Amino acid sequence: MKPIQSKEEYQSYVDDKTPNSPILKNCFNAFWVGGLICAIGQIIFELCTSRGIDETNAYTIVSMSLVFASAFLTALNIFNKIGKFAGAGSLIPITGFANSIVSPAMEYKSEGYVMGVGVKMFTVAGPVLVYGISTSIIVGLFYILFNTQSLILV
Amino acid sequence: MDWMMIFKAFVIGGAICVIGQILIDKTKLTPARILVAYVTIGTILGGLGIYKYLIDFAGCGATVPLTGFGSLLAKGTISEVQTTGFIGAFTGGIKAAAGGISAAIFFGYIASLVSKPKIKKQ
Repeated sequence: MKPIQSKEEYQSYVDDKTPNSPILKNCFNAFWVGGLICAIGQIIFELCTSRGIDETNAYTIVSMSLVFASAFLTALNIFNKIGKFAGAGSLIPITGFANSIVSPAMEYKSEGYVMGVGVKMFTVAGPVLVYGISTSIIVGLFYILFNTQSLILV
Repeated sequence: MDWMMIFKAFVIGGAICVIGQILIDKTKLTPARILVAYVTIGTILGGLGIYKYLIDFAGCGATVPLTGFGSLLAKGTISEVQTTGFIGAFTGGIKAAAGGISAAIFFGYIASLVSKPKIKKQ
């Protein structure tokens, strides 16, 4: 076998060797697991509103419950198995965000509680928060300047 | 129990996840980039006032995926701007999303305290 010289050659070599992931099966699994997580969220939401909790708080309770469930399952090492099976189905819901915090926190415990747990917690969640919060501030400034929502709603 | 709403949450939530799965399979985006993209898109759609129609339609099917987290940031920012003005652009987003963020950090820390670090199987 001739040695690989350029980056492009390497890329085509990798593409050649990696098995084609069965996209239909992946999408089906992502669909029903992701849907199920959202449906569980909706059930929690209905339970909250039927007890007279207002909608905003009910949505927060849904997020917190799902985050707790995800952290719990990650700690028991079950969530990783669900993640392997469901792919984006467990990544895209807020469970994936929680898992992206909990999983490195556990993994880097051996590097200490400050530089290990404290720092590595945010390897994925950090960028998500940075871009989410920055965008929301821009949205707020745009709203002050142009009143964007009324633009859409008229 | 509103079964129709639960069904709609299932379908819309599932569909949003399928889009993510297609991105994973068909592009070279890492999961972190996909999460960032979802949050950013959700914040923009929330800021434009479009995302709330999806929330009205599908409830948690729209709020539980990370786009919903983004739209919550935008919604919080805008409602805070309406009540407190300029400063609200900086305080509203996190205030609205605080429950989820704090819960994730706190439970993550607790989980790391109680769990034994596992040795990775090669």
